[in-house]
Amino acid sequence: MKHRINDCADWFLDRFELRDFWNAHMAQYYAPKNFNFWYFFGSLALLVLVNQFLTGILLTMNYKPDAELAFDSVEYIMRDVSWGWLVRYMHSTGASAFFIIVYLHMFRGIMYGSYKKPRELVWIFGMLIFFCLMAEAFMGYLLPWGQMSYWGAQVIISLFSAIPVIGDDLSLWIRGDYVVADATLNRFFAFHVIAVPLVMLLLVFLHIAALHQVGSNNPDGIEIKQNKDINGIPRDGIPFHPYYTVKDIVGVAVFLIFFATVIFYMPEMGGYFLEHANFIPADPLKTPEHIAPVWYFTPFYAILRAVPDKFAGVIAMGGAIVVLFLLPWLDRCEVKSIRYRGGIYKKALLLFVISFLALGYLGTQPVTPAATIAARIFTIIYFSFFLLMPIYTRWEKTKPVPARLTPQPTLEEQIPAVIETFDEITVKEPLQTPGGMTILPRKPNPTGIYSVLVRFAKKLKDSLD
Amino acid sequence: MKKITNTLLLFLLPFTAFASGGVELQEADIDLSDSASLQRGAKYYVTYCLGCHSAKHIRYIRMAKDFNISKEKVLEEIAPEGNGIYESMITAMNAHDAEKWFGIKPPDLSLIARSRGPDWLVTYLKGFYVDKSKVLGVNNTVFKDVGMPNVLWQLQGEQRPVFKKADGQTTIDRLVLKKPGTMTEKQFDRMVNDLVNFLVYVGEPHQLERLRLGKYVLLYLFMFLILAYLLKKEYWKDIH
Repeated sequence: MKHRINDCADWFLDRFELRDFWNAHMAQYYAPKNFNFWYFFGSLALLVLVNQFLTGILLTMNYKPDAELAFDSVEYIMRDVSWGWLVRYMHSTGASAFFIIVYLHMFRGIMYGSYKKPRELVWIFGMLIFFCLMAEAFMGYLLPWGQMSYWGAQVIISLFSAIPVIGDDLSLWIRGDYVVADATLNRFFAFHVIAVPLVMLLLVFLHIAALHQVGSNNPDGIEIKQNKDINGIPRDGIPFHPYYTVKDIVGVAVFLIFFATVIFYMPEMGGYFLEHANFIPADPLKTPEHIAPVWYFTPFYAILRAVPDKFAGVIAMGGAIVVLFLLPWLDRCEVKSIRYRGGIYKKALLLFVISFLALGYLGTQPVTPAATIAARIFTIIYFSFFLLMPIYTRWEKTKPVPARLTPQPTLEEQIPAVIETFDEITVKEPLQTPGGMTILPRKPNPTGIYSVLVRFAKKLKDSLD
Repeated sequence: MKKITNTLLLFLLPFTAFASGGVELQEADIDLSDSASLQRGAKYYVTYCLGCHSAKHIRYIRMAKDFNISKEKVLEEIAPEGNGIYESMITAMNAHDAEKWFGIKPPDLSLIARSRGPDWLVTYLKGFYVDKSKVLGVNNTVFKDVGMPNVLWQLQGEQRPVFKKADGQTTIDRLVLKKPGTMTEKQFDRMVNDLVNFLVYVGEPHQLERLRLGKYVLLYLFMFLILAYLLKKEYWKDIH
């Protein structure tokens, strides 16, 4: 019997080289051994993608892409479909989780110079995935057919009408009607469940294929392939499977704890993941007072509103994404990782992160003159980070890059330092319990907290040099 | 440096002003495990709201299950006469007539607690005051020029506003009871709270199940995390 099974397996493997594929991408794909926290987000993005596919398929079984029925069919899923509420919350929370993960994944790339030669294509494919993800999220958000779905889509599609000459016809062509209507809902449904996911799947494949061609970057920004042993295996590399598969499972567990906490205890996330106004059915005759996109679009929305002219605003918003594509060629510094880069780049990156977060906050707020000025300042910082990059990165004072990877401390090795800090910021106060026992409850120690904060600020300041 | 901080503080001004704008909302006391409160709320809903407002996404059978009472009791005490257990809360009012009478079809209230929030609902239901300039004779503190009459006036009584002047603008300081209703203030507060409690339940009937399940899911995930971590540690022990 066993013999027959082996024959069957051989028959299969003679015709399809699964073994080679497995070895090339898992068991003999060598990854740098010093991956840190930031390297979990690639596999997590894949996990969330699968989550969105599975829950999305289940949702389409009861969802009705029809302006008359859509809103009620979502509520039908939430109430009458067995476990429908869970599937829907997994999908809606998954959308926000996807963006959190992808933003962190991109930030990792920027921090460690993962977009630089020879990984430009990896970055480009990744950016295309990001672009598809935004299209996917935007179209998916119309489907519940609530007030925010409707008016958010109305505002964004009307942006196309700002394009000179062809604008009005173009936005009409996109909507399929003079306002967002049933035709729009139907085509957005088609794009959301078929077209964009297919493109995204292809891009994810290309992203990983391009990555495995050149190999992963690492927190030190050193090419491990330049230092191989006699067998041609990188000295600082370890096989992706089993080492990183088992490590990523830990990341998955931690992520799922956060994910489940949101799903079960705060699925609306205070109106950020599911907006309150979206529980009102779409009404083409009633414009909401305050139209805000979902949180993951707000940085770009703030840029759009910051520019006085509508068409220029559209260009700026598009430009904010286009400059990201150009990153591999804007950055002229030879050194990849932020660990060995000059102070000017670190400061620029810090300013960029601040401006991105600030724009994200401003995008959720109603327009006021002061908010507009703030948004303009942060928009300028956002673009300066990219457009001035060829200048400030050219004369960067970099630090020497080591020849081999620096070791990544394990969790256990970091525990003593954590305990030490905890001891410093708390003070023990002996207390006699009524039972006669002495316990040592800890209380916050103001002087300790202050000195830890000062030390942290100093360290942060030093690390920026 | 001081100049810079001052300018930065100026930027924050509009946001704080936005946050404190509008009427301060009263707090709702929501407890979905309080079956008696939900039953009372459902009864009040049928008596005072269902005349105009449907809650089409909730079925009577769902209430029987969630309130832990018999189907017969729901049909007898909550549902209007002639309704079946599998039916949902649909108003008997004709939509066409409603639009003629009120200028707008009274909205379905299945999800009102999710779009407005329980605190707003409590403040709204208690916020009606006499305003002779309006067609319906009433206005509302949180919903200006409201198109709904104060259906609870017999219970609550008649409220009149006390105005105050600040920055050259006249605003409502508080409402005072001019003509008492059939309920005391305490009774009325409890009634409004029951009603809002019911609306929060209707907004998401699976809430309690969701919260109950969450504990087990997280417990499982924490155990999974420990195992995954030990597995990782075992594999990685010879990587230096």
